[in-house]
Amino acid sequence: MNARRRTWPQIAASEITPEHIYRSRRQFLRAAGASIGAGLLVACAPSDGSSAAPTPAADATSRLPYGVGTVDELGKAANSFEQITTYNNYYEFSTGKEEVHTLASGFKTEPWTVAVDGLVGKPQSFDIDDLRTMFDQEERVYRLRCVEGWSMVIPWQGFALSKLLKAVEPSAAAKFVRFESVSRPEEMPGQNDIFSFQWPYVEALRLDEAMNDLALVVTGLYGKPLPAQNGAPLRLALPWKYGFKSAKAIVKITLTAEQPATFWTTANAAEYGFYGNVNPDVDHPRWSQRSERRIGELSRQRTLMFNGYESSVAALYQGMDLAVNY
Amino acid sequence: MINISLKRFAWLVHPLALLPLALLAVDTALDNLSVNFIQDITERTGIPALVLLVLSIACTPLNTVFGWKWAVALRKPLGLYAFLYVCLHLLTFTALDYGLDWGAIATEVGEKRYILVGTAAFLLLVPLALTSNKAAMRRLGKNWKRLHLLVYAIVPLAVLHYLWLSKDPRPALLFGAATGVLLLLRLPVLRRAFSALRKPGASVDRQKTDTAM
Ligand code: HEM
Repeated sequence: MNARRRTWPQIAASEITPEHIYRSRRQFLRAAGASIGAGLLVACAPSDGSSAAPTPAADATSRLPYGVGTVDELGKAANSFEQITTYNNYYEFSTGKEEVHTLASGFKTEPWTVAVDGLVGKPQSFDIDDLRTMFDQEERVYRLRCVEGWSMVIPWQGFALSKLLKAVEPSAAAKFVRFESVSRPEEMPGQNDIFSFQWPYVEALRLDEAMNDLALVVTGLYGKPLPAQNGAPLRLALPWKYGFKSAKAIVKITLTAEQPATFWTTANAAEYGFYGNVNPDVDHPRWSQRSERRIGELSRQRTLMFNGYESSVAALYQGMDLAVNY
Repeated sequence: MINISLKRFAWLVHPLALLPLALLAVDTALDNLSVNFIQDITERTGIPALVLLVLSIACTPLNTVFGWKWAVALRKPLGLYAFLYVCLHLLTFTALDYGLDWGAIATEVGEKRYILVGTAAFLLLVPLALTSNKAAMRRLGKNWKRLHLLVYAIVPLAVLHYLWLSKDPRPALLFGAATGVLLLLRLPVLRRAFSALRKPGASVDRQKTDTAM
C-alpha cells in the first residue's frame, strides 16, 4: 500500500506538466484509494499497456475504465493545459480552433443556472455553485476524439451525469435527454454569423446512454475551474463519442419521450448521426475515422472502437447496426 | 502609362509568392505553430497554392481587359510557385501526416472525394511544371499551348478540393466565383469585345501576343 502510494506521485511528476500539482491532499488520497491495484498500476504501465497486467484478481475486479491523475487507463499521459485550452472546437465562438480561447476570454459564466425539466418527477433549476458541491466531484482522465480526426487526453473534474438525473427522478416515459447550450450572441461571435446554424447548440442522448457511468458532467480541468473555451461553466464529457456530442455551456436539460433533433443532425444529417459513437469502421466524407492525430504526437494512431471504452459501453448498442446508426 | 508604371513592380511576384513560405518557416522555427501543427502546415501551404493558381489564370484576362502585356509573363512564376506549395502540401500529407504509409494514403485518396480531386489537380500540374521552360516550349510547339490549357481544369479541381473539405463553404465559393469570372474572360467573344473596347484594331495585337506565349 505505502509503496504504491509513494509510486504514484513520482510517476505523475515525471510524466507531466506542473499543472498536476493542483491536487489537494484529500483529493489525492481519494483518487489513490479509488485506483489501488487499478489506475495506480496502469499509471505505471508502459504506453502499450501490454506487459502491465496486475494480478488477475485485481485486474478483474477493480480496473477503472478511465484514468486517474494525469494518465489515461491505457497509460498515455494527458495533454498539457496549454494544448487543451488553446485548441478548441467551439462554433459559438469561431470555426477556427486556434482563436476560440481569445474570443471566449470575456465570456461570463457567473451567475449561471441549469434548468432540468421535461419528463421528470422533480423539475428543478440548479445554481452552478450548488452543482459543484451537491455531488461528489471526481477526477477522470478521458480521451477526447474529435470527429475531425484529432484527439487529446484530458484530466477533467466533474460528477456522473446519472447522479444529476437521479436527483430529478426521470419518469417511466422518459427515453431521451436533451442538452441545450447557452444562446448569447452578444458574447458569442459565431452565433451572429449570417451563414448560420440553428442556434442554440443542442445535443441529446438516449436515457440509458446518459445513465452510463462514463457520462460525466464537467466543471473543471486540471484542477482549475473549467475555462470558457472548454465549455464553462458546465459541459459534458462522453469519451466514447465524438467530441461534438459533448455539449458545452449547458443551460437546460430536458427529458423527452421522442428522440430530439440535434444541432448536427439538423445541419448535416448525411455527415452526423444521432449517436456519434467513435467508430473506425464508419467513415466521414472529410476526415479519416480509421486513424487519428493525437495532439502533441507526430505519428497517427489507430482509432479504437468506442474510442477504447468498448467494455463500458458496447452493451448499450447490442444488436444495432452501427453503420446505419452512426 | 499605367502599363509602364505597374510593370516596374512585376518583380515583386517573387518575394510576395515566397512570403507565406518564409513566414511558415519562421513560425516553425520559433515553435509558433498551433498544437495541431500538421493541420497548420497543410493550411499554410494549401491556401498559397490555391491563391497562386488563381492568380496564374488571371494574367491572360488582365491582358485582355486592361492590355497589360507584362502580366502574361507572370504566368510562369505564379504557376511554378503554386506548384512548389502544392508539393509541400502533398509532402505534409504523405510524409508528416501519414508517415509514408502508402496503404493508408491510398485508402484516403480512394475514399475521400476531396483528396481524390486534389490528387488529380496535383497530377495534372506535374506536366505543366515540367514543361515550363523555353526548351520544352520549342520541342512541343503548338502542343505546348494545348497542354497548358490544362490549368483551366486544374484550378476548378483545386477549388472543388477546397470546397469539399471546408466547414464553411464561403471562402471556397469566393475562389470559385473568381475562377468562373476568369474562365469566362477566356471566351473568344469576350476577348474580342474587350480588345475592341480598348482600342479598335487591338485584336490583331492580341493574336500576336497569344502565339508568342
Ligand atoms: C492543386 C493542388 C491542391 C491545392 C491548391 C490544395 C489546396 C488546399 C487548401 C486551400 C486547403 C484548405 C486549407 C484550410 O484548411 O484552410 C487544403 C487542405 C487539405 N489538402 Fe489540399 N490542395 C491541393 C492538393 C492536395 C493533395 C494532392 C492532397 C493529398 C493527397 C491534399 C490534401 C489536403 C488535406 C489533407 C487538407 C486538409 C483537410 C482538412 O483540414 O480537413 N491536397 N488543400
